[in-house]
Amino acid sequence: MALLEVRNLRTSFFTAAGEVKAVNGISFDLERHKVLGIVGESGSGKSVTAYSIMQILDANGKITGGSIKLDGQELVGAGEKVMKTVRGNKVSIIFQDPMTSLNPTYTIGHQLIEAITLHTDRDKKQARDRGIELLKLVNVNEPEKRMKQYPFELSGGMRQRVMIAMALSCEPDILIADEPTTALDVTIQAQILELMKSLQDQLGMAIIMITHDLGVVAQLCDEVIVMYAGSICEQGTADEIFYHPHHSYTKGLLRSIPSAETDGKKLQPITGTPIDLLNMPKGCPFAPRCEDAMHICINEPCERMDINENHKAACWMNVKALLTEEKGGALHETGN
Amino acid sequence: MKQETDVLLRVEHLKEYFDISTGFFSSKPLKAVDDVSFEIRRGETLGLVGESGCGKTTVGRTILHLYKPTGGKVFFEGKEIASKEDLLNFRKKATMVFQDPYSSLNPRMTVSDIIGEPLDIHKVYQDKKERMDRILELMGHVGLNSEHAARYAHEFSGGQRQRIGIARALALNPAFIVCDEPVSALDVSIQAQVINMFDELQDKLGLTYLFIAHDLLIVKHISDRIAVMYLGKMVELADADEIYNHPLHPYTQSLISAVPVPDPKIARANQRIALSGDIPSPLNAPSGCPFRTRCRYASEVCAESMPEFKEVSAGHFVACHRLAEIG
Repeated sequence: MALLEVRNLRTSFFTAAGEVKAVNGISFDLERHKVLGIVGESGSGKSVTAYSIMQILDANGKITGGSIKLDGQELVGAGEKVMKTVRGNKVSIIFQDPMTSLNPTYTIGHQLIEAITLHTDRDKKQARDRGIELLKLVNVNEPEKRMKQYPFELSGGMRQRVMIAMALSCEPDILIADEPTTALDVTIQAQILELMKSLQDQLGMAIIMITHDLGVVAQLCDEVIVMYAGSICEQGTADEIFYHPHHSYTKGLLRSIPSAETDGKKLQPITGTPIDLLNMPKGCPFAPRCEDAMHICINEPCERMDINENHKAACWMNVKALLTEEKGGALHETGN
Repeated sequence: MKQETDVLLRVEHLKEYFDISTGFFSSKPLKAVDDVSFEIRRGETLGLVGESGCGKTTVGRTILHLYKPTGGKVFFEGKEIASKEDLLNFRKKATMVFQDPYSSLNPRMTVSDIIGEPLDIHKVYQDKKERMDRILELMGHVGLNSEHAARYAHEFSGGQRQRIGIARALALNPAFIVCDEPVSALDVSIQAQVINMFDELQDKLGLTYLFIAHDLLIVKHISDRIAVMYLGKMVELADADEIYNHPLHPYTQSLISAVPVPDPKIARANQRIALSGDIPSPLNAPSGCPFRTRCRYASEVCAESMPEFKEVSAGHFVACHRLAEIG
């Protein structure tokens, strides 16, 4: 059994303009000790997926269907009491902006000790020792001094380290990182990614890495989910996704990044503008921007299908490819 | 070096210090840009990279005299910008595209008014129809429909807003545009569209760019030459390929090795040159070479004096005392 099983998850936000289906029926597994990357543009539903797992959605957001099982325990509809034992203890999260996610009016030490005493039965003294130990773990220099400092006294990279220390304080099974390095400079980003990799080797937790940067995914992730407009369009091992993409969106994304091959040439962008979640097309959400779109793409959403055991994609082009090869029998849908 | 006539813009010993108050009556200069010299040739793209706080945006803004330079000179088409009149003429030929397509467009103005504002300020057209024709032509340049003219900025996506900002920058037929992180606020799939548009406009209109960004993959793609800044100083300048394949300054080396490459096999094999610590505060910049506190090669001489920014091979400038050892 996988550590985390998400099945047909749907999350909507109810706004004055109508229902925004931010996550639209996604399913995936997260195995222990694995790093899963979720890539997508803004509005693709990658962060909302994470917030749904933690159930920390805004007041107008609601999980409207599906199931999230952590270690076999159902979390959808489980109630706040259960969620309080999950958040921080079993699943913890670090956010994009380390400035706004730390409280500016309390010292680092206060906030670390609070997190530790809340989730474990350590007393204040023990919690303080544990806090210093954690800061050492995430390579913060002079941890005793840092405990007495306020967030504004630390740099962005240092603050993100403190956030990671706080998230790891109760040794969670899953660490969700929501764009943890987007606000940081490249050299600091490299430090933080290296730190996350080494902590994962050391502590063995699973990581869900949410990012829009395919470079970060390539560096860190075992498995990758590519999201577009609230749906998963492709899913597989990092090597499969990067070297054998089977969805037009993934192909377009990989093509549009500058590399050695595009030197002196035009980039090949994905045409069109990002999707309006209030006016979703009835077929494949990517069809309006897809160069290869066929009739069926505009009219029928495509189910995810197995490309091989490590790879799934939801693109009608694969069906077409199979049919032209007259191997239609090899095609079977993932029935979940 | 190419001939003087090829140089569109030359910057000599540019300095920009901001006064930061440290008490009731005391203040301290923050050296955002400290003694930077370079030139940009007609028709080329000079990429300017560095981490946040290194002064790259300030360089762009100080060149355009959006901040009054504390010291140094800016020459445009061989002529120093000294008087108010020079500046007025210079501002017609040198414009700017801003990073944030949300805050850089006035929400109370229609697209045609935003694009037409530079035309109105410099009183280019007396005739309303001519003005509108020019606005529509500009919108065509950046791939916007003429029916968008009467709409407001909030009705557009980030990528389209950036197109409006670019059309505004093109309004006065400039020769030189400072592009300050023009794609970093955009989604990956939209970035490539805008980058291509910058390329096409450069070919079509013969533009020269100073392209400021922190994303090295994008800068490498669009630039002919790349300059690297650290804590207000320029540390390296060379052809884009040269700097990417043979970086000489230890900071450039670690910067390039830190770029996440979207290729799992390369990323796993990549030996990163890790930098310890953070960028120091520009208020308390280290003595001598500003990079020495994070540099693997730092020695005593680095603390004593700032290394000279000198040409080590044709067109490749570096400021490092320890170049011989790193070589």
